[in-house]
Amino acid sequence: MGEASPLTAGPNRLRQGYGGPPKRSAEAEGPAFHPTESGLPSPKGPGLHVDVERRFASGFHLSAAIDVELAAGSILVLFGPSGAGKTTVLRQIAGLERPDAGAIRFDDEVWCDVARAVWRAPQERRIGLVFQEPTLFPHLTVRDNMQYGVRPGSDPVEEIAKLLGVADLGDRYPRELSGGEARRVALARALAPRPRLLLLDEPFAALDMPTRARLRRDVRGLLHRMATPAILVTHDRVEALAMGDAVVVMIGGRVRQSGSIGDVFSHPADADVAASLGVEAVVPARVLSASRGVLEVAVGAVVLQVAERDPLAPGTDVYACIRAEDVTLGTQLSTHASTRNHLAARVVSITAEGPVDRVSLDCGFALDALITHRSREELNLTPGVQVTAAIKATNVHLVPRF
Amino acid sequence: MDYSALWLSVRLAATTTLVLLAIGIPIAYWIVFSTWRGKFLVEAIVALPLVLPPTVLGFYVLLAIGPLSPVGRAYARLAGHGLPFTFEGLVIASVLYSMPFAVQPFSAEFASVDRRLLEASWSLGVSRLETFRRVVLPLSVRGLVTGIVLSFAHTLGEFGVVLMVGGNLPGVTRTVSISIYDAVQSLDYAAASRTSLLLLIASFVILASTYSLQRSVWVKPRH
Repeated sequence: MGEASPLTAGPNRLRQGYGGPPKRSAEAEGPAFHPTESGLPSPKGPGLHVDVERRFASGFHLSAAIDVELAAGSILVLFGPSGAGKTTVLRQIAGLERPDAGAIRFDDEVWCDVARAVWRAPQERRIGLVFQEPTLFPHLTVRDNMQYGVRPGSDPVEEIAKLLGVADLGDRYPRELSGGEARRVALARALAPRPRLLLLDEPFAALDMPTRARLRRDVRGLLHRMATPAILVTHDRVEALAMGDAVVVMIGGRVRQSGSIGDVFSHPADADVAASLGVEAVVPARVLSASRGVLEVAVGAVVLQVAERDPLAPGTDVYACIRAEDVTLGTQLSTHASTRNHLAARVVSITAEGPVDRVSLDCGFALDALITHRSREELNLTPGVQVTAAIKATNVHLVPRF
Repeated sequence: MDYSALWLSVRLAATTTLVLLAIGIPIAYWIVFSTWRGKFLVEAIVALPLVLPPTVLGFYVLLAIGPLSPVGRAYARLAGHGLPFTFEGLVIASVLYSMPFAVQPFSAEFASVDRRLLEASWSLGVSRLETFRRVVLPLSVRGLVTGIVLSFAHTLGEFGVVLMVGGNLPGVTRTVSISIYDAVQSLDYAAASRTSLLLLIASFVILASTYSLQRSVWVKPRH
């Protein structure tokens, strides 16, 4: 077990401050982005309080309560399957829909309070909004689109346009843009009036993977730079892991769990949440080195070997995802076959899940293994026993955190 | 050909169209964006001239602007003469008669503007009225042009309402369609056919150019 390095994994390590992304080293910082010194506690941000109810004619009943502090530049992910009510909550926060009952407060302002008949129009909330489709004004040039919400003469948008790489597109019309460019312009338009909160409703869903990855990185960087907090609606776990600092899991119109990304993904509150998040263990890690198609990744003091699917530079912060089905248990350190990772582990608990047993392990970080009853008996597993957990390098999936 | 009747009809159509542009846009805006449940009543009233016989409409307008109504009496006191059988009276009647031809294309176009564009505008801090001016109106050019052209063409050829409200005073209320009717009544088929042909060609050219314009009216990409 390692000493306390900044990345040491373990039950406590996963409990990151709300809104605190995995800390990165100074070298890993981009040059202009991330003005907040890493390692320092993130500045206290405005609070968002949502407690809303809405009944739809379809019978769908939304009843969601969210109470979070949105640190400057942090991203809160509203995560859940389609039809969970995420977008409705986002639209209520934006002021585009009204709840039947409840209240929404941001910072020291009441945006909506049905009981007291308080209502602030979207114009008065100073938010930025980006939909799944870019919804640029088709009759205006890119420049006029970006200037749209900015009073003439104030707040030049050039800086934001430059940071998003769309400064050269000013004279074009929206129909002349690619999908990725249009999203960037939509983001620039939303951020130009310096909103206090950016709302993103699956803004990258329709884009191809490489474009999406670049946009995620740029948006995170820009939000940090502008110190603007954001709420991101998504049902894509990779997007949630890549962009989120904190997550609120919604299922069937209810908030089922909320907390830091690491906490929620590694400790789902119940089976529904686990199913919606995916069945993998998710642990924060950092790339140490890359050679001949194998990445060495530090998870706390433990080093995992991972097949390199996408090139990742040493120093990159990642989430390592490992499915319980892919973890093999043995009683002694073996070097057989092609399995590259053999971790010394202690059995923490064993729970029966139908025909198989879920064995929770502590191997420097929390990890689950699914094995048959028979294997459990043959290995003589009980809590406290030392075992070896084997994971193939190809079974560890990395989600980079830019 | 009765040029004074032709000129009168063009003046009437132009004035009516301008008035409809001024009051049709707010009415269409209200019809599209009001959340009042009873707004279908207003829509029905606006559409009435489509199905009502022009004589019926003309009859009620005549009553409404005549000396028997408070409105007519008030106007007569201010202007020194009554509204019936005047150009102003004709304008009022024509505006009512052609209203659906302006308001319906306007409102159809306003309603077809992607609602998310409006929401994007609101979230950028722009008021509803400003959003209408900066987003909805420029995106509704087609509907505005259609409404303008239809109102103009419809007013140009109106007959029954004009006859009821304006009568047949040469140079004042004798419009081109009444002049045609007069020519036929006096068996002057040559004059009737000349004027009719002119009206037919004018209407066709106006409509044809509108439809062709609609295909390319929107901002073309610059390359």
